[in-house]
Amino acid sequence: MKHQRIAFVIMLAFFCLAPLVLYPVFLMKVMCFALFACAFNLLVGFGGLLSFGHAMFLGTAGYASAHAAKVWGFTPELAILFGTFASTGLGVVTGLLAIRRQGIYFAMITLALAQMIFFYYLQVPFTHGEDGIQAVPRGRLFGAIDLANIWNMYATVAVVFFGGFLLIYRAIHSPFGQVLKAIRENEPRAISLGYDTTRYKFLAFVLSAALAGLAGATKAIVFQLASLTDAHWTMSGEVVLMTLLGGMGTVFGPVVGALIIITLENYLSQLGSWVTVVQGVIFVICVLTFRRGVIGEIANLIKKPL
Amino acid sequence: MTEIFGVPTQALFGQLLIGLINGSFYALLSLGLAVIFGLLNIINFTHGAQYMLGAFVAYLLLNKLGVGYWWALLIAPIVVGAFGVLIERLMLKQLYKLDHLYGLLLTFGLALIIQGLFRNEFGSSGQPYPIAAELTGGRNLGFMFLPIYRGWVILASLVVCIGTWFVIERTKLGSYLRAATENPELVQAFGINVPRMITLTYGFGVALAAFAGVMAAPIYQVSPQMGADLIIVVFAVVVIGGMGSILGSVITGFGLGIIEGLTKVFYPEASNTVIFIIMAIVLLIRPAGLFGTQK
Amino acid sequence: MAVVRKITVAVTLALGAMAAQAQVSDGVIKIGVMSDMSSLYSDIGGPGSVAAARMAVEDFGAAKKGMKVEIVSADHQNKPDVGSGIARQWYDTDKVDAIFDVPNSGVALAINQLTREKGKAFINSGAASSDLTGKACSPNTVHWTYDTWMLANGTGSAIVKTGGDSWFFLTADYAFGHALERDTEAVVQKNGGKVLGKVRVPINTQDFSSFLLQAQSSKAKIIGLANAGGDTINSIKQASEFGIVKGGQSLAGLLVFISDVHGLGLNTAQGLIFTETFYWDLNDQTRAFAKRMAAANNGKYPTMVQAGVYAGVLHYLKAVEAAKTDDGTKVVAKMKELPTDDPLFGKGRIRADGRKIHPAYLVEVKKPSESKGPYDYYKIRTQIPADQAFRPEKDGGCSLIK
Repeated sequence: MKHQRIAFVIMLAFFCLAPLVLYPVFLMKVMCFALFACAFNLLVGFGGLLSFGHAMFLGTAGYASAHAAKVWGFTPELAILFGTFASTGLGVVTGLLAIRRQGIYFAMITLALAQMIFFYYLQVPFTHGEDGIQAVPRGRLFGAIDLANIWNMYATVAVVFFGGFLLIYRAIHSPFGQVLKAIRENEPRAISLGYDTTRYKFLAFVLSAALAGLAGATKAIVFQLASLTDAHWTMSGEVVLMTLLGGMGTVFGPVVGALIIITLENYLSQLGSWVTVVQGVIFVICVLTFRRGVIGEIANLIKKPL
Repeated sequence: MTEIFGVPTQALFGQLLIGLINGSFYALLSLGLAVIFGLLNIINFTHGAQYMLGAFVAYLLLNKLGVGYWWALLIAPIVVGAFGVLIERLMLKQLYKLDHLYGLLLTFGLALIIQGLFRNEFGSSGQPYPIAAELTGGRNLGFMFLPIYRGWVILASLVVCIGTWFVIERTKLGSYLRAATENPELVQAFGINVPRMITLTYGFGVALAAFAGVMAAPIYQVSPQMGADLIIVVFAVVVIGGMGSILGSVITGFGLGIIEGLTKVFYPEASNTVIFIIMAIVLLIRPAGLFGTQK
Repeated sequence: MAVVRKITVAVTLALGAMAAQAQVSDGVIKIGVMSDMSSLYSDIGGPGSVAAARMAVEDFGAAKKGMKVEIVSADHQNKPDVGSGIARQWYDTDKVDAIFDVPNSGVALAINQLTREKGKAFINSGAASSDLTGKACSPNTVHWTYDTWMLANGTGSAIVKTGGDSWFFLTADYAFGHALERDTEAVVQKNGGKVLGKVRVPINTQDFSSFLLQAQSSKAKIIGLANAGGDTINSIKQASEFGIVKGGQSLAGLLVFISDVHGLGLNTAQGLIFTETFYWDLNDQTRAFAKRMAAANNGKYPTMVQAGVYAGVLHYLKAVEAAKTDDGTKVVAKMKELPTDDPLFGKGRIRADGRKIHPAYLVEVKKPSESKGPYDYYKIRTQIPADQAFRPEKDGGCSLIK
């Protein structure tokens, strides 16, 4: 517990002080993706369900929130809420379809569902296809705080991120989280103890979808753009990479993973395709020799959960 | 093209034929995936990249060594298959004792590496590869003009698919493979070298992908991205057919190609998603796929 | 270890950011060339555009005039989010003053918006959407080289007048494709023709067979290809595979570049008619430019987009010199004030809506027997004078035009 508290303070300090030296927009991107990865980790690390279609939540929330802010004139907090609501709804529908399957089949069905959603967004007029929804207004938070000011925007994103993070933390350390871990370890035994495992897995799936949506909706407002990239299957692969690298099943792993991957992409972007190669190499190395991930290895060293 | 049955019918048959051609690629690729999954329990995400490698080997053979299409059909699968054997020996072997999902993640990472390297080297716009002289030109079938090469694609894939099915289901070698999937220890106890069989099986599945790649080179541009989006559709095909079933994946491959072609005529907006919709439905009703058996 | 790693990363990034800040003062004019460096438009713009920009800076003689000019470049990968992310970082932290090139109308529209918000300058040479000087016009944007209206008018009306009065469109499914289809459809109908059908195709499609089949069954005399780059090459190649031209239909390449003709070869491309605003073999000055470009760009001759980058950079620098500032809005206003005169596009001007005016050329691709060497591909059929080649100012719906 104490170690986790220390880690949390370090994370808090980093995100509060870093914008003074680093490009704030970069850090906001990191926070959005960190939340996305944490949401994904809730499902895979604690629920034991590898979804290969999480991009559908990021993308759906992004489009919903962008459309609400730009076309319906929602204020940003309402747009973000609407986006989160949209992806939660999608989570309920896809969860009902996917949750009854295990392992590989679960991964494949989430991949297929995400592809369907992607192709739907490619065609439907309101997304403007390849161009995306552009010029999304940042708006005034609660009608009062102008988010075009970079510091207001940053503070808002930080609040969203830490709020989401704490929510996930609470969920993991609650009785609900314990049952989830039990199901991951040994589902038949959990069933024999009387738990309705399908319901628990479904709830975890929907929660994960909602928080991934929160990340996507916020991202759309920060970057003032919602595009197909967020719904493409390579985005699903990226979040798997972030979580794997950071440490599946750890609390802070996804944050570190997101930070590393986004930094890498930023710095290697002029080298074009090398980013893809490096991502692939990281995948391979992590799977073969580094399965615990960065935070997982640290946690293993100090013999305390992180 | 001059004979008119009524425009809709003409368009229908034409699209059906195109669908059959697409279906040939789906069948060839899902055959390789089904062989690998059926016998190794690995989801080979690298399959798309290996398909691309086959096309590139053909391209390089032609442009650097002056070796033509017919030789490429033979050489490329062997070269890429050998590469597959290397992957299996060095990396996949270590993952058999773990959760199958790690195999998926490893092959996914390998696909990223291969695709990224090739994109660096060749850019993403695609290289031209000429149709072999013997196969150029076309035949006017009345309802559409069919390029001879596309007809050859259908023929060749049918032959390869049926041939593979025959070997696996009807020969002694095939029966060893099938037995090894069911119970590797027992089969090994009979003195059969199971690890080597597994390695060669992976190599064979990869070679099938490369074969499809060479076939695709003259009609689709040879580009590093050619396998990436195709592979997701092929996964859907394999899942619908039943992940371990050879026959299932072949029939489903051709069948889905035709269904996709029909959708393009009646409701083109859905043509991209129809295969996934079918997959979602099949997984709900028959989770093991149309022809599969639950393991 | 994670903590140490985080601190190391943070310090490195901070040092990088601080270093970037230290060297930029208002004495430096920083030009950003953003293009598609690796995908379907990389031969149309790409590294060639960067080379063209460098040549323009040299020819302007910045060093002799005491002006420091720097060039940075990036790959937008045809994705609006990547492009706008790079542009945002360029404007916010890297102190880039102006962005050039940007083929791909979706990305261009995003950058157009961002440039207006930040008060910088955007001189677009590669994108086609006529909305850039229409609905989306901005006091910070100049649209050089060409646009969909000009292409539709030049190519479309020429084809309809020679008998091609029924059309079927194969359209790239994004801003550019839709704009080109819309503008060409208007021209076709104005000249008494009919549009029998259209089909939307995602960009970077490899296989056009089912779309071409639909075009065939529509029995339209002309199949209009409202796409560009690799997509155009693929559709033309596969059309010949399916015997479309043999069957009596003609292909109208609505946006074709010399790099496409080079990729197709004269055998396949001969007889294609389309409109461009630059050809390397027009006069001595364009020929000299082409030779220099070929030397700097792997032997590839310049496309009109790359020529537009050269001319745009040159005129931009002249305007900066005259206005004595690199403030985007003021420089663009100066660019509209000064008439243009460069070796590639001749004399011209930039209108109030940001549209650069210059003559256009209707060209036909030579037969293999008529060509004397690589890149000797075009016969100039007619020259369309500058004031007729582009959409009249009042018709664009631009808010800057009262």
